[in-house]
Amino acid sequence: MVPTNYYIILSAILFGLGVFAFIFKRNIITIFMSIELMLNAVNLAFVAFSQALRKLDGQVFVLFVIVVAAAEATVGLGIIILIARNRQTLNVERVDLMKL
Amino acid sequence: MTAPLVVFFVLAGLAVIGALSLILQKHPIHSALSLIVVMVALAGLYLLLGAEFVAAVQIIVYGGAIMVLFVFVIMLLNAGVEEHTNLSRLAGPPGLLLVVALAGFITATIVRTTAGVQGSSQTGAMASTSGISNMLFRDFVYPFELTSFLILVAVMGATVLAQREKH
Repeated sequence: MVPTNYYIILSAILFGLGVFAFIFKRNIITIFMSIELMLNAVNLAFVAFSQALRKLDGQVFVLFVIVVAAAEATVGLGIIILIARNRQTLNVERVDLMKL
Repeated sequence: MTAPLVVFFVLAGLAVIGALSLILQKHPIHSALSLIVVMVALAGLYLLLGAEFVAAVQIIVYGGAIMVLFVFVIMLLNAGVEEHTNLSRLAGPPGLLLVVALAGFITATIVRTTAGVQGSSQTGAMASTSGISNMLFRDFVYPFELTSFLILVAVMGATVLAQREKH
């Protein structure tokens, strides 16, 4: 069996890489993808603890996280299309006003 | 080194390489394909953990639906190579340092507080999928119904946002 700690360490590494991508990348779509990476890292921790504690609550929560991520991707990509149409750019440094 | 450990390290390495590739690639479509590698590797890890249903949902919803949506939007907007300014290059080294500190802190805290979790017995497989459906439709039925409302709102919001304004 693989120790639970290994999964937790992998989850923390993936979450850290997601945070780094979030602050380092400049393309708004890639920034959005790094949020998905962070959600995936948290899902891995949920499933690892679910298996370690022999309880299924963690897996049910992963399903809810996936549903919320899908809803978030829909709305977020709609906003990205709107920004790209109004500003003609995807660079977040050129999107510095909330006003459209 | 047993077989599950070998599978774990192969999949974990694949996931970390995919995440690093997401950061290092300049073009958004390459980043999206790297993210798909991460998600498939995570689905393999879920199989290793005995969560077959979550693994299938991960492939279908994340690897399929959400990433197809991303690739579709990238191609629709014709997103090119990202440009870095001096200020954003400056954010790299301190950001990396802070992220390493964050990951180390999370790992240390969780590993320290869950030292007792390791001792649980590993006898018998959990009835994963039937157990999940029992919990989902009995204990978590109100949150489950709320998610359908959430998706409805999200679909309506995306439709309103993406439509062209009439003048």
